[in-house]
Amino acid sequence: MTSELDIFVGNTTLIDEDVYRLWLDGYSVSDAVALRVRSGILEQTGATAAVLQSDTMDHYRTFHMLERLLHAPPKLLHQLIFQIPPSRQALLIERYYAFDEAFVREVLGKKLSKGTKKDLDDISTKTGITLKSCRRQFDNFKRVFKVVEEMRGSLVDNIQQHFLLSDRLARDYAAIVFFANNRFETGKKKLQYLSFGDFAFCAELMIQNWTLGAVGEAPTDPDSQVDDMDMDLDKEFLQDLKELKVLVADKDLLDLHKSLVCTALRGKLGVFSEMEANFKNLSRGLVNVAAKLTHTKDVRDLFVDLVEKFIEPCRSDHWPLNDVRLFLNQYSASVHSLDGFRFACSGCIT
Amino acid sequence: MPGKLKVKIVAGRHLPVMDRASDLTDAFVEVKFGNTTFKTDVCLKSLNPQWNSEWFKFEVDDEDLQDEPLQITVLDHDTYSANDAIGKVYIDIDPLLYSEAATVISGWFPIYDTIHGIRGEINVVVKVDLFNDLNRFRQSSCGVKFFCTTSIPKCYRAVIIHGFVEELVVNEDPEYQWIDRIRTPRASNEARQRLISLMSGELQRKIGLKVLEMRGNAVVGYLQCFDLEGESGLVVRAIGTACTLDKLSSPAAFLPACNSPSKEMKEIPFNEDPNPNTHSSGPSTPLKNQTYSFSPSKSYSRQSSSSDTDLSLTPKTGMGSGSAGKEGGPFKALLRQQTQSALEQREFPFFTLTAFPPGFLVHVGGVVSARSVKLLDRIHNPDEPETRDAWWAEIRQEIKSHAKALGCHAVVGYSESTSICEEVCILSASGTAAVLNPRFLQDGTVEGCLEQRLEENLPAGCGFCHIPYDELNMPFPAHLTHCYNCRKQKVPDVLFTTIDLPVDATVIGKGCLIQARLCRLKKKAQAEANATAISNLLPFMEYEVHTQLMNKLKLKGMNALFGLRIQISVGENMLMGLASATGVYLAALPTPGGIQIAGKTPNDGSYEQHISHMQKKINDTIAKNKELYEINPPEMSEEIIGSPIPEPRQRSRLLRSQSESSDEVAELDLSHGKKDAFVLEIDDTDAMEDVHSLLTDVPPPSGFYSCNTEIMPGINNWTSEIQMFTSVRVIRLSSLNLTNQALNKNFNDLCENLLKSLYFKLRSMIPCCLCHVNFTVSLPEDELIQVTVTAVAITFDKNQALQTAKTHAEKSLQRASTDNEELLQFPLELCSDSLPSHPFPPAKATSVDYSSFADRCSSWIELIKLKAQTIRRGSIKTTVTVEKASPVGEGNFRNRSSPPCANSTVGVVKMTPLSFIPGAKITKYLGIINMFFIRETTSLREEGGVSGFLHAFIAEVFAMVRAHVAALGGNAVVSYIMKQCVFMENPNKNQAQCLINVSGDAVVFVRESELEVVSTQQPTANCQPACAGGEVTT
Repeated sequence: MTSELDIFVGNTTLIDEDVYRLWLDGYSVSDAVALRVRSGILEQTGATAAVLQSDTMDHYRTFHMLERLLHAPPKLLHQLIFQIPPSRQALLIERYYAFDEAFVREVLGKKLSKGTKKDLDDISTKTGITLKSCRRQFDNFKRVFKVVEEMRGSLVDNIQQHFLLSDRLARDYAAIVFFANNRFETGKKKLQYLSFGDFAFCAELMIQNWTLGAVGEAPTDPDSQVDDMDMDLDKEFLQDLKELKVLVADKDLLDLHKSLVCTALRGKLGVFSEMEANFKNLSRGLVNVAAKLTHTKDVRDLFVDLVEKFIEPCRSDHWPLNDVRLFLNQYSASVHSLDGFRFACSGCIT
Repeated sequence: MPGKLKVKIVAGRHLPVMDRASDLTDAFVEVKFGNTTFKTDVCLKSLNPQWNSEWFKFEVDDEDLQDEPLQITVLDHDTYSANDAIGKVYIDIDPLLYSEAATVISGWFPIYDTIHGIRGEINVVVKVDLFNDLNRFRQSSCGVKFFCTTSIPKCYRAVIIHGFVEELVVNEDPEYQWIDRIRTPRASNEARQRLISLMSGELQRKIGLKVLEMRGNAVVGYLQCFDLEGESGLVVRAIGTACTLDKLSSPAAFLPACNSPSKEMKEIPFNEDPNPNTHSSGPSTPLKNQTYSFSPSKSYSRQSSSSDTDLSLTPKTGMGSGSAGKEGGPFKALLRQQTQSALEQREFPFFTLTAFPPGFLVHVGGVVSARSVKLLDRIHNPDEPETRDAWWAEIRQEIKSHAKALGCHAVVGYSESTSICEEVCILSASGTAAVLNPRFLQDGTVEGCLEQRLEENLPAGCGFCHIPYDELNMPFPAHLTHCYNCRKQKVPDVLFTTIDLPVDATVIGKGCLIQARLCRLKKKAQAEANATAISNLLPFMEYEVHTQLMNKLKLKGMNALFGLRIQISVGENMLMGLASATGVYLAALPTPGGIQIAGKTPNDGSYEQHISHMQKKINDTIAKNKELYEINPPEMSEEIIGSPIPEPRQRSRLLRSQSESSDEVAELDLSHGKKDAFVLEIDDTDAMEDVHSLLTDVPPPSGFYSCNTEIMPGINNWTSEIQMFTSVRVIRLSSLNLTNQALNKNFNDLCENLLKSLYFKLRSMIPCCLCHVNFTVSLPEDELIQVTVTAVAITFDKNQALQTAKTHAEKSLQRASTDNEELLQFPLELCSDSLPSHPFPPAKATSVDYSSFADRCSSWIELIKLKAQTIRRGSIKTTVTVEKASPVGEGNFRNRSSPPCANSTVGVVKMTPLSFIPGAKITKYLGIINMFFIRETTSLREEGGVSGFLHAFIAEVFAMVRAHVAALGGNAVVSYIMKQCVFMENPNKNQAQCLINVSGDAVVFVRESELEVVSTQQPTANCQPACAGGEVTT
């Protein structure tokens, strides 16, 4: 006796959260059944393995049919085939677009191309995430990227509108898209200690302060804006950063800057003496990183450079985090009082 | 020119990409009705086109309005080649034709293609302007309302229930026409869909005409079926019950009519019960007046009723406990005479209803059924479908005569079905013989029915159990006892019916789904030989199905079956029987006996041991079931409690009689010489198998209940969460082990596993009950068995158990002691019940067509012989065991806080096979939904194999039903039924095809909680019609 066909269709589509997770994690039906058996569900419900197998198959089939709709979440809301309560729809979407920290660190800043996709099996072996799940996550990144790439307006809003994601998840996707677009290098060994959250934080600040959308506060002629508002760095701004060179090139200015910072921070920093001694080096490092940003290559290496030129010296002197923050704040604030400089802080990197 | 149909095409969305180059579509729409076609403009390069067309107007006869569907085709415009069809929408405009239903159809409809499934949606608005037409000779029947619901719809009142209407139309099946060889599968599927749509429209119109002739205005319990006879054609047939319905405009008007009597019904017997003198006082006429005087409608005094009703409905008041039979005779004759006027003029006094207005059902006789095997031949003249008509007429005639034999003048819960394999067709009809209250069949109005109710001296809650036939002249051997409720009249020991449990019935404990499953191998044969083989097998199948049901019923410790549906399906090389019913313990009927096993070879020690082991297992199961279903009938008598001896004595006596009877067996078996071999064979293997199969049925996991009736007896605190589902399973039998036994096991496993899967899937709804569990079995191919289940899971509140009925039943049974001794004298026998009657094989002359083969199952006598044989064989015997019931009392919560209601119902369309929605009130019926879809694929593997294909298709069917209901302005489908799900596959060719036919009633419902907010003054909670016994009383 073999089962040729075995289906269950409810007027309200049944969604089993546990099975959904297993499906998202890329387990095959038999693996999923094995995992469910291990979870002790048989004992709890008194079901047999055959029942579990049939149930899992059924859910997998449903998810497979839903997947097409999940690629364009607004479709899921308007489709008529599956009657799913709104709360469940939200859950389906949110979980589908959720990603693994380990995975995202691997592809962050990489070009979302076929080439990267080919490397997914390496990532899979490295991270222990199934290839299927890696593919889904990669395709999600790519899909979101493709949809919002050409759009104007707030990146987060666009993502939220077209993928119906929660605010948090939409922000994460904005960071991923932003990094992929600017191809920031994040995979170097030196940067390994940084989490996705750290990068996402930087991305948010950069989107807020460094992009066209942020800089061109009053876009006088929006139609002429061909570049993406939130995705590309403002070229004029980067050009302007070059002028910062004067901070290190002009000896007087450098000293003045240093004294201003030192006066303000005296007694407030635990590592004041180290700061005072290193000020010139640090300032030079920062300004050089900023000034080089007109070259695409250097933009990509932004984080590597920052770590090399600024964070590592600080770390070797054992600066506490709070001191770094204070220093950077004071560093940029003093510049304003120096001259008509405007400078957007490159952010606080832990 | 009585009607103007107006259609507007608004927009489309989610259209498929038809032009690969641009990834877009140039869509336009063709709107067709009858022979007129309109087109919209082409909306270039858009997957979400906005047409905003003008109103397309069709001026048509109302006859066409009823027959024709509105056909909307979405196409992709192509400048150079032919336009490609994207898909179609068929809209049945019937709901717009009667005044109270929908006024406009407007909404998003899925665009459906028979090859690709749903491809986007289209927004359409449809309106109809009807002109009054006073032509008496008209062919249309606009205005007649149709309901699939098999009870009086919730917001209506039955003024008259006229009776049976039937019609069938035949046509050639487009799939088998010569043109099918040259056209595409899509064209052929569409031709079929269109034809069936046309035919069902025509059928509905013709039935409507019959209803108008009877001066009715509605058809209730409308059941339409398709017979795909293959080469010989396509038959669409329908049956229903014609009624005159009155719309209940306000709840206030509704109350006196229907509801309060039903309340009385529930309470009357209980108030009557505590009188301990009822029984002993002998003739106790005055009692009735007293007991009824408390009723809220006492203003209607006895005297107000006419004398003839008095006569007919006053039960044998002067009758002593033992004289029921003698006096019952003349009385029943009178009653019959009375109703004759109402029913006799009708050809078939049948009713497709399964639930009735209070007081309508007087007595129930038992299940009547008839089957006939026919050979199909080409329908030569579609306009005169006489052959098929004659076939059905024959069967109905049989049913009628069986009902008569049971002393009943009517058949309720009537249904018809067919099973076709190649050119052999089994026609089946079944129903429940019953005695009805004549008042409803004439121009009895509200007052009439109310008086009736008051005059009714039959104790409610047990009246329907009382035998309608003459005790001295019984149609079959049955063991009668005095009713355990009223102690006055006779009741059978078990009761089988096809109807729902009457609301006023007194039930002890909960009910459960009982199924009998059976396979029988059959030799492959052609034409007449095949038909003969099938006819020869049928009586044995019926008998075995029946035995199984009886055994399982006893195993559950119950004594009555409701909603019995026996389906016999025919395949190439086997027959399958599947009977489903809901078992209950009726307080009025005697406690069922246990099951006793006796071996054939008493000398063999180990065998004996084995037998006793089995016996123990069976006894344990019965005890467990009684606990599980809370069947705690009250103690029978003080004497028995006092001395525990009677039970063992009883048993030993029976055992003795069994061993003694061995001589008898031999002697009697001799008299049936040629059947001896058969007996032995069954005794050795089948009997053991039967016993095993009894024990393999696992009860549902805790928190789950299941039944195939509308509501679960014993549960009445439903909460509002419902989940309707369809599950389909197909198994392939390995051809090696095709023995009856292996087959039975496979089939049994299939059904049991399916149920287990359902319980597992729905575990999040616990505590819940699967209601209206409807199993359909078919044999699509040689070694394939397909089982389709549709049911609804309803949650209930465990802590709100409303067990008034139970406690009252207990009380009523408290005095059931006196007759106990008497009862014990009846060793309950296996088959002594009101069994489905079996026709005498009619002479071949009755068959109109010579080539057709009309062989009936078996005759009464034959069947009874068969029964007697098994009993004598002694393979399974039943005995009366007096169970010591622990008093129920704890857990009787009277707490009736209002149930929690689902918060948002926006855009959600509920579907349920039930006639009601728990926790809600149906405010409007929008019309009947009757849809037929074909889906075909030539890329089966790519669509996820057979499971993927069918899963998607059923989901699409649900979606289309929901979309139509939403477009009518409704938010639910009630009485939903999937009447057909024919699945064919050809994996070698990577092809599959499936046909699905569904129907139901589109309704608007309002949550009770919301209703209360709207009108706090109105006693809304009391507005529930009586038939919705399961609804939550807030």
